[in-house]
Amino acid sequence: MSTPAVNRIPVTKTPKVYIGGAFVRSESARTFKVSDAAGAFFANIPQCTRKDLRNAVEAAAKAGPGWAKRSPYNRAQILYRLAEMLEARSGELVTSLVRFGAREADAARGMSVGVDRLIHYAGWADKYEQLLGSVNPVASAHFNFTVTEPMGVVGIIAPDSPPLLGLLSMLAPVIACGNTVVALASEKTPYPAILLGEMLATSDLPGGVVNILTGFRRELVPTFATHAHIRAIYASAGADDRKALRLGAAASVKRVRFTDLAGREWFSDSAQGLEAIRDFVELKTTWHPIGS
Amino acid sequence: MAATRKNSGGPRSGLIFGDLWEFDPAPETADPKLKARYDLFIGGRFVRPRSGRTFDSVNPANETKLAEIALAGPADVDAAYKAAAGAFRPWSAMPGRERGKYLYRIARLLQDRAREFAVAETLDGGKPIRESRDFDVPMAAAHFFYHAGWADKLEYVAPGRVAQPLGVVGQVIPWNFPLLMLAWKLAPALAMGNCVVLKPAETTSITALKLAEILQDAELPPGVVNFVTGAGETGAAVMGHPGAAKVAFTGSTEVGKAIMRQLAGTDRKMTMELGGKAANVVFDDAPIDQAVEGIVNGIFFNQGHVCCAGSRLLVHEPVAEQVISKLRNRLRVLRVGDPLDKNTDLGAINSREQLGRIRRLVASGVREGALMYQPPCRLPERGFYFPPTLFTRVTQSHRIAREEIFGPVLSILTFRTVDEAIEKANNTPYGLSAGVWTDKGSRILRMSTELKAGVVWANTFNKFDPSSPFGGYKESGFGREGGRQGLLDYAHLA
Repeated sequence: MSTPAVNRIPVTKTPKVYIGGAFVRSESARTFKVSDAAGAFFANIPQCTRKDLRNAVEAAAKAGPGWAKRSPYNRAQILYRLAEMLEARSGELVTSLVRFGAREADAARGMSVGVDRLIHYAGWADKYEQLLGSVNPVASAHFNFTVTEPMGVVGIIAPDSPPLLGLLSMLAPVIACGNTVVALASEKTPYPAILLGEMLATSDLPGGVVNILTGFRRELVPTFATHAHIRAIYASAGADDRKALRLGAAASVKRVRFTDLAGREWFSDSAQGLEAIRDFVELKTTWHPIGS
Repeated sequence: MAATRKNSGGPRSGLIFGDLWEFDPAPETADPKLKARYDLFIGGRFVRPRSGRTFDSVNPANETKLAEIALAGPADVDAAYKAAAGAFRPWSAMPGRERGKYLYRIARLLQDRAREFAVAETLDGGKPIRESRDFDVPMAAAHFFYHAGWADKLEYVAPGRVAQPLGVVGQVIPWNFPLLMLAWKLAPALAMGNCVVLKPAETTSITALKLAEILQDAELPPGVVNFVTGAGETGAAVMGHPGAAKVAFTGSTEVGKAIMRQLAGTDRKMTMELGGKAANVVFDDAPIDQAVEGIVNGIFFNQGHVCCAGSRLLVHEPVAEQVISKLRNRLRVLRVGDPLDKNTDLGAINSREQLGRIRRLVASGVREGALMYQPPCRLPERGFYFPPTLFTRVTQSHRIAREEIFGPVLSILTFRTVDEAIEKANNTPYGLSAGVWTDKGSRILRMSTELKAGVVWANTFNKFDPSSPFGGYKESGFGREGGRQGLLDYAHLA
């Protein structure tokens, strides 16, 4: 019995953004068209609005206290689990990076560095406290100690190149120390970040800890800058965006960090370390009485 | 009836001695060795301002002129940055061991002249001599001494990285702790190998310029530290100068935000030590008498001119009446007056402007329905003074519960549960400090974990130490001063 040879029509995916642990379209129902490196239509991507951003901040704020209270050991295991998810699906991620113009070797290298970077920060989750905090020898009868605390909701603006490794490298230290994140994916190459959202969803990371938006920088940067519940900004940005972010941040004395890394610099081991964690914790010093 | 009165610390009990005799005046008489005129300190020398302008520094205790101070214009600030930039290479290349010795010298020379500096500080700023003598000056010396020892140990500051100096640092400090803030700013910057351009507050420039004499005596290389005096415009020039690798500011949140906007187009590193509206939380199991002393110290220390002052008292309902009654009694025996008198508890308000601000906010408290208490006390006829003030029946929406008054004014609120205390304490855009009074160690740690503040004092308040990092959350600023953490804020990590 023979069947007629019909080419199977592939099922295409509707890309959605990852907010509060759910996959949603923009509340505005707006999308923008993304084509692959060859110029062929790829998909319509949500063009998030400042209202989507505010919703994401709300989700991140809600998830914050629970995430911050997880034991460092638990946060470490969840980051490690995320690395496992990425390793298993790295083929899919590499394919998507190549499809949007990355060289095969760079995409593969970026992927393995990304997974290793997650493991790097997974390991930091229960160690940075001993390096950043201290017991302080004050000249009075007090046990005086300094501990770190997460800042709260951190806004991340990811680089265009490399779109995925850049985002991963910025996310990992920020959540390793108990913050929650609202991230804006690369405007040019948003799809790998959407894939990342799908992996986050299967990685034991509680919903809302990481929220990933897609859309246009020029529409969203002003709200990142001024939203008072975003307590810190971590951005890969040009001069104009940097100025706008700093100007807006002043109104609520927001902490602002920029990364100067570009292109292959993100591959290097020097693109990771304790400083990225130190930049997103507050230090609290307690004077505890001794004796009664 | 009598027993009840005793328990609630009735209105007159414990006060009898307060009316029995007058204190004799006990003025501190050491010579502050002031000059009639202070020039700018640039490149290791005192120089006339290119601006050609000067302003007066006034004793707020009696409104008399103390000295004429040079007003630095943009050209003067520029000259200071040039001097600092010129000094940077040899200073930063000097072995830390040797750099540290200069800081040790400064600490020692300051200790030698402690009494003279204390009197100068009190004359210029209005704070009680007891505080400048026992706190400001010795603590300033301690900061130099502590940081001196870091200079040759910088490889231990940031594990896995090399800590390097940033270059020239621009610093602007406030008038509430003129010499101490200067020490907080200078000592870590210098230990790390940076050079400094610093502007003292316009009402309190004198002890900085007296310290310049010590820097000369210590033979600190010219240009490593430069002092430019003046008001807001000079400050903006110091903060905005392109030669600054980093700026550090202590002052109001309003000015801090303006500086952040001013520097928005640059990648300048910043430390901001801004305002506060600290909650001082008293639980029913607290040692009440100790807590009352702590509350008084928390809000009336330095006339309440303290960014981390415990200006919001949150008191547990079961003990509220008792605490408030004891506080009233305590206020009645506080001595307000001549800052140079060794028995004075509250000295002069730093300036006429500040007095006006305190009066406006206090008037708003009355207008908005809070209940004001001021003890009967006679204020000197000349000078700027304000009596210690309590407000009860304060709600969270009152201006006196939300805005920094920066004066001897305490707003009292109550709470029933631990969660309510935490909620109320954190209900502010500020987050500099907080206090907790309880007998339970576990409750101290719970509160300390939940309070959104950079410093939490348990069963104490307004304690400081060079080894203890100080700085705020939220709109109280960012960066730390003191300890290894504070030192790191003056370093580039390579």
